[in-house]
Amino acid sequence: MDDARTTPIRVLIAKPGLDGHDRGAKVLARGLRDEGFEVIYTGLRQTPEMIVDAAEQEDVDVIGLSILSGAHMALLPRVVELSRERGLDEVLIAAGGIIPDADVTKLKVAGIAEIFGPGTSIGQIAGYFREHARRRA
Amino acid sequence: MADLSELLRGAAAGERLPLARLLTAIENDVPGLRQILPSLFTAGRGAHLVGITGPPGSGKSTLVNALIGEWRRRGQRVGVIAVDPSSPYTGGAIMGDRIRMMEHAADRDVFMRSMASRGELGGMASATWLAAAALDAAGYDPILIETVGAGQSEVEIARLAETTVVVEVPEMGDEVQAIKAGLLEVADLLVVNKADRPGADVAARHLRAMLSTAGGRITRQPPQILLTTATSGEGVAALVDAIGAHRNAARSPEQQRLRARNQVLRAVAELGARRAAAQAGWDQVVGAVADRSLDPITAAERLIGPD
Repeated sequence: MDDARTTPIRVLIAKPGLDGHDRGAKVLARGLRDEGFEVIYTGLRQTPEMIVDAAEQEDVDVIGLSILSGAHMALLPRVVELSRERGLDEVLIAAGGIIPDADVTKLKVAGIAEIFGPGTSIGQIAGYFREHARRRA
Repeated sequence: MADLSELLRGAAAGERLPLARLLTAIENDVPGLRQILPSLFTAGRGAHLVGITGPPGSGKSTLVNALIGEWRRRGQRVGVIAVDPSSPYTGGAIMGDRIRMMEHAADRDVFMRSMASRGELGGMASATWLAAAALDAAGYDPILIETVGAGQSEVEIARLAETTVVVEVPEMGDEVQAIKAGLLEVADLLVVNKADRPGADVAARHLRAMLSTAGGRITRQPPQILLTTATSGEGVAALVDAIGAHRNAARSPEQQRLRARNQVLRAVAELGARRAAAQAGWDQVVGAVADRSLDPITAAERLIGPD
């Protein structure tokens, strides 16, 4: 058949914590859709537990965390921890939003694969996910 | 990817990650899936399969969220498959049904999966159906399949379910909308959601008046019409009761046979399509139809044998 049956990459986009601004997350969700990703958007004010529970049921390849509230040091490493506890070892976890440079290194050490700050293009994010998300059989 | 029968064993034992990975395997139609289908179906426990459909914005996801809450209060473990459309241009999709259901995200007795429709080739309906079989094997009952009621494929999915709930809103239109063929015809239960809005009673009355008179070649019962306000929970317990009551009607020998017939027809069509596409002459035959030197019916016969 001429339609190449490539399996779309599944991405969960989540907003952890008490942060009511999701324009960025929605724009990214829309952009990734246009790049051919299957995007599951979970909405605002999620706990790390809710995010990881959703990621487990959805068997996603990528968790994208959008955070603007400043609580990233408390919330993001917890998502990584819980994911590993649940056996979601291969899930790529990335973050975007307002995160000071000083925290970026610490978050990477904690297991956040990449952090996309203001000005990042959707193409860059899509490219990064394509390159680093696990390849499925 | 782990061994599929191992995933099935884990799922049947109630583990969530194996179930999630099994669903991925079903969605991706991975090699080897065919071999485990017999055990997938024998592992099923006979869960009630409920389809929920209706136009975008009618409150399906919010209603599903309220239904999950009610079933959980009654001690049921609930499985949900929410289907959203894939873009025909990029293959991408946005699935947002979880937004309304996150309060149940951490409940170990609720399993919810979003599925993108992933284009045609008839694969969607059967992937949904196999996914429901996997949730059944994992012990969820009822299993809800939520689809956007916007086209033929949704009507098809509705036909796979034992009980089909169509969700409308008070502003759905006049009496003529109610007698058009299509979505409303497949409803076993017809819900006017957002019943706190003005006009809900009138809409329900119109629907009742127009749909209760079905006759001629229509042998099925007219749908029961219910009013709900999903955001407040009003009418949700009555809907759960009505869905439960319909389960028995759906399991009459005639209905079982009708569903089985649809399932076999679908499987035959898919097998035929697969066989045809695997033929060496496929490209040439498609080309001949494209340049109008061959008609599609003869093309099909060339590929899988004469009628």
